[in-house]
Amino acid sequence: MRCLSCHTEIIPEVTWSTFWKPPTKDVACLLCMEKLNEISEPFCPQCHRPDHKGVCKDCQLWEKTHTDVLERNVSVFPYNEFHKDIVARWKYRGDYVLVDIYKETIQRKWSASGFKGMQVIHVPLSEERIQERGFNQAEAIIGLLGERSISPFERTHSEKQSKRGKRDRMYSKNPFQLIEATSKPVVLVDDIYTTGRTIRHMAALLKETGCPSVSSFTIFR
Amino acid sequence: MFKTVKKYLQKDFSWIPSENPTHSYPSLTGKLLLRHEIPLEDEIVDHLIAQTILTKVTSIESYPWAYRCRRCGNTKSYMFAKMPHATCGQTCVYCRFCIQMGRVVACEPLYYGSSGFEWPLHEHPCQWKGELTVHQQKAADELVALVRTGKGEKLVWAVCGAGKTEILFRSITEALKNGKRICLATPRTDVVRELLPRLQKSFPKVNIQALYGDSPDKAGDAPFIIATTHQLLRFAHAFDVMVIDEVDAFPFHNDASLHYASERAAKPQASMIYLTATPRKKQKRRIRSKDLPVVFIPQRFHGHPLPVPQLKLTPALHRYLQKAELHPKILQQIAHQQQTPRQLLLFLPSVKMAEQIAEYLKERNYEVRSVHAEDRGRAGKIQAFRKKEYRVLVTTTILERGVTFPSVDVYVIDAGHVVFDEAALVQIAGRAGRSPDDPKGDVIFYHVGKTDEMLDAVDSIHYMNRLGRKL
Ligand SMILES: [Zn+2]
Ligand SMILES: [Zn+2]
Ligand SMILES: [Zn+2]
Ligand SMILES: [Zn+2]
Repeated sequence: MRCLSCHTEIIPEVTWSTFWKPPTKDVACLLCMEKLNEISEPFCPQCHRPDHKGVCKDCQLWEKTHTDVLERNVSVFPYNEFHKDIVARWKYRGDYVLVDIYKETIQRKWSASGFKGMQVIHVPLSEERIQERGFNQAEAIIGLLGERSISPFERTHSEKQSKRGKRDRMYSKNPFQLIEATSKPVVLVDDIYTTGRTIRHMAALLKETGCPSVSSFTIFR
Repeated sequence: MFKTVKKYLQKDFSWIPSENPTHSYPSLTGKLLLRHEIPLEDEIVDHLIAQTILTKVTSIESYPWAYRCRRCGNTKSYMFAKMPHATCGQTCVYCRFCIQMGRVVACEPLYYGSSGFEWPLHEHPCQWKGELTVHQQKAADELVALVRTGKGEKLVWAVCGAGKTEILFRSITEALKNGKRICLATPRTDVVRELLPRLQKSFPKVNIQALYGDSPDKAGDAPFIIATTHQLLRFAHAFDVMVIDEVDAFPFHNDASLHYASERAAKPQASMIYLTATPRKKQKRRIRSKDLPVVFIPQRFHGHPLPVPQLKLTPALHRYLQKAELHPKILQQIAHQQQTPRQLLLFLPSVKMAEQIAEYLKERNYEVRSVHAEDRGRAGKIQAFRKKEYRVLVTTTILERGVTFPSVDVYVIDAGHVVFDEAALVQIAGRAGRSPDDPKGDVIFYHVGKTDEMLDAVDSIHYMNRLGRKL
């Protein structure tokens, strides 16, 4: 087996516990696995911002401007250089299979999140984007979780978000349109939580039409 | 079944159309592109396909036991993966190996562009007024003959500092006179950047294009292309004359995909010219069995012999290196050397050791810096050394090729280490004595026991010097 990320031969680690268990299919080498660096305490209880005690400034601001429409966000990894590189290769170069290196960790985090059983919704991509990338990253993640999702949204304009400043992004116009309301609690799934604006745009529309609670699950924060 | 196995095992390019109608799109000529790399409307593309100026070809060959990507030649199973492909609604195989250059997916074709574009004829393209040495002249003649005949190969085995670019000028001229298309491929971006202005100066009226990872030029629509070997992944049956620089070097040597691409980029009737200072075993075998014609340039352009390395046994070498220090004998030699006007290049087996020894020498008040592959200040440090802003440069094998300084002595510390193979040692020794103003230079290999690689390197240098004297 080769490491999905660096392509070197994986040398299986043999310890007493792995010795007795049936061999698992390793997807990444020990060195790459070590760099995954899951988010751990302390983090903001609202948005999972790593290395932060208590509710962070951004979350406080959201609470002030709109009584917050988002229950909470759970993220798995800090969006550091290592993960940025993987994301660039996965999403922008289109190396679909790379996301498998996160599978085990995000499945575990998903089970512990308390989101299981809620209606899963993936963030939609514009037609233009999906043509160029060939896949929707949120759906890829949901596939890894073994869940099924719906997308009751449509994009009214496309996602050239990263080009704008942070402040701009926090107050930009809602690019989504809700086509179908839901009365069940939902969890929105996407790859990255940056300002939380995208997710709150969707959450606001859902709440307005009677959805009891909206949370989100993102791989990176 | 037998046929399929054979097709898989051999490099097979029979899928490239042999009909090449003439057209007026230089940027498509001899190309193998993804749809999004063709900046034309669908209507025009369809029109070009109808005229077979563009031909859609399968991008990934599928065998019962494996795949092959036709752009990069990759057949390694772990370098292919499947994905649910939203564009076509199927689960599709894609190539992970060449994905940096845009993703090749099995359901999407590659577009081959006819090589039928007619390149301009240049009557007197070369403005270079320099003179060639006897050895250079002989090689240049043989290359002109090769370009005239067309199909064939020749290895130019030229010592470091032979002036191998200049010997190409006459064959390049010959090609340009006849409207032939030329590619000079080299493994390193630095070399491409350095060659462009030199060649442009010698061939001022010719459209020459440099292609590398982030080159300003991307079109690849010139009759004379200088490119990193990687860029050949976008070409097929494009060139009449193909010059491959440093065939023995990383990443060309052992990198199957670049061999695949360079073979495909040449036309079936192309003249192939390989340049090297240190042929690998495989090439030497082909030379011995008279399978690969060779021409030697055993002498430097300034006519002086190559400095022969002195081997110095230094038993306690490792004990000192472990303490991040140099053996007193070596330190003594450096102190001595620093009294002379020459600068010093010091080679160490690893980046860590290079940094430690630079630090060690700095503490002893030497003007010293170290440089390694990932060093961001690399180009600046090398430039400063060339301008003689400091006296000692400590480095690893990354500086073994290409980079030249006019007047240096060269010491290799722990020359028996595995990173110093024969080719590396010959290249390292070749850094000394490059300038006609100071054609000598001391090369010392410090070791704890002679290795075959060291002895082979010395033999090969002696051999070249003997050949040089004979003629
Ligand atoms: Zn790895
Ligand atoms: Zn927060
Ligand atoms: Zn490929
Ligand atoms: Zn497809």
